[in-house]
Amino acid sequence: MRRVVITGQGTINALGSNVPETLEAMREGRCGIGPLEFQDVERLSIRIGGQIKNYDPEAAFNRQQIALFDRFTQFTLLAAREAIGQAGLSFSGDLAARAGVVLGTSGGGMNTLDENYRSVYEDGKNRVHPFVVPKLMNNAAASHVSMEWNLKGPSFTVATACASSNHAMGQAMQMIRSGMADVMVTGGSEAMLCFGGIKAWEGLRVMSRDACRPFSANRNGMVQGEGAAVFVFEEYEHARARGADILAEVAGFAMTSDASDIVMPSKQGAARAITGAMQDARLAPEDVGYINAHGTGTAANDKTECAAVADAFGSHADALMISSTKSMHGHLIGGTGAVELLACIMALREGVIAPTIGYEEPDPECALDVVPNVARSAKVSAVLSNAFAFGGLNAVLALKEA
Amino acid sequence: MGDLMAKDIKTRVITIIAEQAVVEPGDVSPEQSLEDLGIDSMGLVEAIFAIEETFDVSVPFNANEPTDGDFDISSVAAIIKAVEGLVAEQHA
Repeated sequence: MRRVVITGQGTINALGSNVPETLEAMREGRCGIGPLEFQDVERLSIRIGGQIKNYDPEAAFNRQQIALFDRFTQFTLLAAREAIGQAGLSFSGDLAARAGVVLGTSGGGMNTLDENYRSVYEDGKNRVHPFVVPKLMNNAAASHVSMEWNLKGPSFTVATACASSNHAMGQAMQMIRSGMADVMVTGGSEAMLCFGGIKAWEGLRVMSRDACRPFSANRNGMVQGEGAAVFVFEEYEHARARGADILAEVAGFAMTSDASDIVMPSKQGAARAITGAMQDARLAPEDVGYINAHGTGTAANDKTECAAVADAFGSHADALMISSTKSMHGHLIGGTGAVELLACIMALREGVIAPTIGYEEPDPECALDVVPNVARSAKVSAVLSNAFAFGGLNAVLALKEA
Repeated sequence: MGDLMAKDIKTRVITIIAEQAVVEPGDVSPEQSLEDLGIDSMGLVEAIFAIEETFDVSVPFNANEPTDGDFDISSVAAIIKAVEGLVAEQHA
């Protein structure tokens, strides 16, 4: 069977504007969550988020590009530039035809929607900019990546709410494995921190007003973040033949559907995805040293996820480490699994386990080693990354050390 | 809303709860809990939204800690009392 490895990674998120900055923040357990800054924020009851501060689009893009690129597309292109630069690939001829891009996003061009709804509904304007549609569409980011780097193979966008990135990366992996492509640029992006984006979430009453404290008994909800992470997935022999630096192997993937409730998670659905990813990667539970949790900081997710891990791992659940980096970068919704994969690769390559910060009180329903507050040095050779979406759609990736 | 009588508040809250429970208002009694009425967490969030819209108040409720807030949801009577408090505050 063809094997799939990662040869490039890139990001921009509330913790940093590239991978080294982000990993440094994760090692230090730094919090990127703070007061939100955007128009009409005073009309919200939720006013915190993992927002990228001091972001200057004009430093990275020209005026024509900014007219066409929503914030989620800009984040994607910046992350892709770092990832493809690290991989050292350029795409032409046969390789271009055998390379594609699959990205996850939930809201797509949410800022573009918000700004233009405000313009026509609130300001009463009868005309919008001609590029509103190509700017807001969910596949805009994937298309611009394919254009920028000449990727002519299978390319599309996946939208499965909070599991979008993991579903995208799972698809990318399977395409290389099956022989459909040799290189896939994959990951995800989200830029939902605008008045309408937060107002909608407020309605569900699952958001915290003060902090994201996954697994802590006093947790009181999720906190949104924004940004992107992009990876270069490459067929193993292809990467080896050109002497590429291999960051990790994407060894397994599984997806399941709870088929039960539109918002409440299910232990069985999550456990089946976890077990499925291990089986696909030919890993025994004892092989897995670390799990990057979905860990949203809601009452429902965290206890259900811990129960699912206990079911899937049996007694080994008490021996492994599981942390939620959402406590630092917030929940990037459709981009979250991608940013969280950075922590998985750091665990494999550097032997540093990113912490769950904001942890204050043990919860008997989350009685696992959640790596509270401080990063830990540990040698791990296989890791999982969980994503469990609204709608009951679960996607789990398994990575092995290179 | 200033002359909203206690009886009106009770009637309207029961109507909201009955709608979520898919029963007639006459079948809702004050000592019942939302669980007794078969209202789940989504039904509760919808009922709170309806209360906010009906009475023009803001209900302090977080689904992650439903019993921790100042808004008592332990029974129909408790909810009516809590809404009366919010309405009184609103028009004080």
